[in-house]
Amino acid sequence: MSSNAITIPGTQIQTRPWVDELHQWVTTVDHKRLGILYMLSALMFLVIGGVEALIIRIQLMHSHNDFVSPEVFNRMFTMHGTTMIFFVAMPVLFGFANYLVPLMIGARDMAFPRLNGFSFWLSFLGGLLLYFSFLGGSGLYGAGNAPDVGWWAYAPLGSRAFSPGHSSDYWTLALLVSGFGSIGTAINIIATVLCMRCPGMKLSRMPLLAWLNLVMAGMVLIAITPLSAAQIMLLIDRYLGGHFFDTQAGGSAVLWMHFFWIFGHPEVYILIIPAFAFMSEIIPVFSRKPIFGYPVMVAATVCIAFVSMSVWAHHMFSIGMNSYANSFFAITTMAVGIPTGIKIFNWIGTMWGGRIQFKVAMLFCIGFLFQFLIAGLTGIMQAAVPFAWQLTLSYFVVAHFHYVIVGGILFALFGAFYYWYPKMTGRMLSESLGKWHFWLFLIGFHMTFDVMHIPGLLGMPRRIYTYEPGRGWDTLNLIVTIGSFIQAIAILVFVANLIISYFKGAEAGNDPWDAWTLEWSISSPPPAYNFATVPTVASRRPLWDLKHPEDPDSRYE
Amino acid sequence: MSEGENIMSAVTTSFPGTAAEWRLPSRGKVAMAGLIIAESAIFTIFVVAYLFYLGKSITGPTPQEVLETPIFYTVCLLSSSLTIHLAAKFLARGIGFAFLGFWLLTIALGGLFLYGTALEWHRLIYEHGLTISTNLFGTTYYSLVGLHAFHVTAGLVMLVIVAVFGLTGRVGIKQSGRIEVLSMYWHFVDAVWIVVFTVVYILGR
Repeated sequence: MSSNAITIPGTQIQTRPWVDELHQWVTTVDHKRLGILYMLSALMFLVIGGVEALIIRIQLMHSHNDFVSPEVFNRMFTMHGTTMIFFVAMPVLFGFANYLVPLMIGARDMAFPRLNGFSFWLSFLGGLLLYFSFLGGSGLYGAGNAPDVGWWAYAPLGSRAFSPGHSSDYWTLALLVSGFGSIGTAINIIATVLCMRCPGMKLSRMPLLAWLNLVMAGMVLIAITPLSAAQIMLLIDRYLGGHFFDTQAGGSAVLWMHFFWIFGHPEVYILIIPAFAFMSEIIPVFSRKPIFGYPVMVAATVCIAFVSMSVWAHHMFSIGMNSYANSFFAITTMAVGIPTGIKIFNWIGTMWGGRIQFKVAMLFCIGFLFQFLIAGLTGIMQAAVPFAWQLTLSYFVVAHFHYVIVGGILFALFGAFYYWYPKMTGRMLSESLGKWHFWLFLIGFHMTFDVMHIPGLLGMPRRIYTYEPGRGWDTLNLIVTIGSFIQAIAILVFVANLIISYFKGAEAGNDPWDAWTLEWSISSPPPAYNFATVPTVASRRPLWDLKHPEDPDSRYE
Repeated sequence: MSEGENIMSAVTTSFPGTAAEWRLPSRGKVAMAGLIIAESAIFTIFVVAYLFYLGKSITGPTPQEVLETPIFYTVCLLSSSLTIHLAAKFLARGIGFAFLGFWLLTIALGGLFLYGTALEWHRLIYEHGLTISTNLFGTTYYSLVGLHAFHVTAGLVMLVIVAVFGLTGRVGIKQSGRIEVLSMYWHFVDAVWIVVFTVVYILGR
C-alpha cells in the first residue's frame, strides 16, 4: 500500500474572473473555506496586534522614553490584549476546528453550514467594529478614540463618567458581537461531532483533535456567555442609566471582576485545549507511535474543563476576599496542574521509544512541551496567595501569561500550520525557511519572556507608561524589546514562507507525513465534497488499517 | 488494495465487528440543547446579579413595596408548555387540525403572559415611578424580567411563523422533528420563568 500523490480528475482549479472568485469566498458556507477565512482574518489581526506590541515595547525600551503619549500607550495595551485574545487566538483556533473536525470524522461539512458562515462574519465584523473605534470613537465629546481602559475594562473605568465618548461602546459591542459568533461556532462544533460522524466512528475512536474541540466548544457555551451577559449589563449602564457597576448607587465594581474572570479564566483553557489537540495529533505522527493513553487524555481534558470553571478568582487575590475564598481558589488552581501534568507525561510517553522525525511541525511541538511546562509552573507559583499578593499586576504576571499564550498556544499553532498547510493548499511549507522561523522565534521568545520575569520580580508594574532610571530595569527592558523584534522578524519569515510555498512549494500529495487520520486519505486540497464515498472506520487510526491490512489497529481496540 | 480503489475513496473497507446500524443523535436537538446551555449561563449571571443586589438599593422603591405576584399570567405561561407539547404530539401522529389548535392556543397563552408583563411594568413605571435607572432594584429587575420577556417575544415570533405556515397548510408530519426542536426552546423559556418567578417574587420579597 503506497501513499503516493493521487490526482483526482475534475478537481483542477479553473480560472475564473477574480470578482467571481471573491464572491464565491464571501458567500461561501463550505467549512474548509470558512476555516481558511478564519485563519486569514486571524493572521491579519495578528500583524496588527503585533505592531501594537512593538509600539508598547519601543516605549518601554529605556527609562523616560516618550515614543508615544501616555494616552496612546493606554490604547495600545488595551487594543493589543483585546485583539490578540478575541480576534487572533479565538478565530484561528475556530478556523482549524472548522477545517479539520469534519474531515477527521468523515463528514461532508459542519452540521449547520449557514450558521457557520454567519458565525464567521459575526466575529470578523466584531473585529472591524473594534478597529473602527479609531475613526468613530471620539463621538461628540472629542474624548478618547480607541478603547483605553485595559482589556478587562474594570469598573468603574468602563462607565460613562470615566470613559466618555464611544470608545468603550465599541469595545463592548465588538466583544458582544464576536461572542455571539463564538457561541454559534461552538454549537456547530458540538452538533457536528455528535451528529455527523461517519459509520464506525464511535466516540472512543474519534481523533483526539475532535474530542478536544468538543470539550472546548462545551466550555465556550458556559464561559463566553457570562462575558456576553456582563457586556449587556455594561451597555444597560452606559445607555439606559443602569447601576450594575455604579458604585455611587450601591453597585459593585467587584461584581464586574467576578463576571469578567468567570469568563476570563476558562477562556485560557478554551484557547489551550485546541493547542493540546494539535499536540495530540502531531506528536504521534512524528514519533511514529500511536498516542499514549488515549482514554486518559480524554478524561484529563474533561477534568481540566470542569476544574477550570472554578478557578477564576485567583485573578482577584489582591482585592481582599476572605481566607476561605482565597484557599478555595488557590487549591483549585493548583489542582488544574494535575490533569495538565498527565497530558504532558502522555505526550512524552508517546515520544518515548519512538522514531522521532524532527520536522518543523515537531520542533514547534517540542518547544511547546518545555515552554508550557514552565508557564504552568509559574502559574502554580502565583496560585500561592501570598506570592500572588506580592507579584500581582507586575511584569512577572505579564511574562507568565505570555509564556502560556505565546510559548504554548502560538507554538502549537505554528506546529499546526506546518502540519496541515500541505492539506489545505496542496503544497509543502519550506522546511529550511521553517527552521529559520523556528529558531528565530525560539530565540526571540526566550529573550523577551524569560527576561521579562525579572523586572516583574524587581517590582515593575504592568501597564506602566514609563519608569525612572536606576531601578535596574533599563537593561532588562532593552533585552525584552530586542527579543520582541526578533520574534517579529520570525513572524515575517513565517508569512513569507506561507506566501512563497503557496506558489513554489513542493507538491504535497494526499499524505505527506504518512499519517493516520481520515483527512489524509483525500486529495490536497480536499475537493468541495470532501469524501467521494462515506468512509467507514474500525479503529482510531483508519489509515493505518488501510496501509497495514495484515496488522490493523482494529484487532487490538 | 489497488490504486484504483484508492482514487474513489480511501477507506471503504468494512471490518468485521463494525456495527451494521449506525445511529446518531438529531443535530437540531443537539444544537438546541447547546443553545439552551449557553442561554442558561447568561440567565445565571443575571440571576446572580439580582440576588447579589437584593436590599442594596440606596433609594426606594423596594421589591416589598411595589411587587405583586403575577399568579394568573404565570399559570398562562406554564400551561403553554403543556399545549405546545400536545401540539407537537398531535403533529407527530399526523393530526394537523389538533396540532394547529393547540399551537394557536400556545401563542395566545404566551401573548397573554407578555400582556401581563406589560401591565406590571406600566403599573411600576406610572404608579411607583420605578424605572431601570431609579435604583439597583429597578436596574436588576427590568434587566432580568426584560431578558426573559425578550426570550418569550423571540419564541412567539417563531411560533407565529410556524402558525402562518400551518394555516396555509405547509406544516405536516415531515416537519415534526423541527417542531420538536422549537418546543424545546419554549419549554426552556418556561423553565427559566420558574427560576425568575422564584427569585423575584418569592425569595426577593
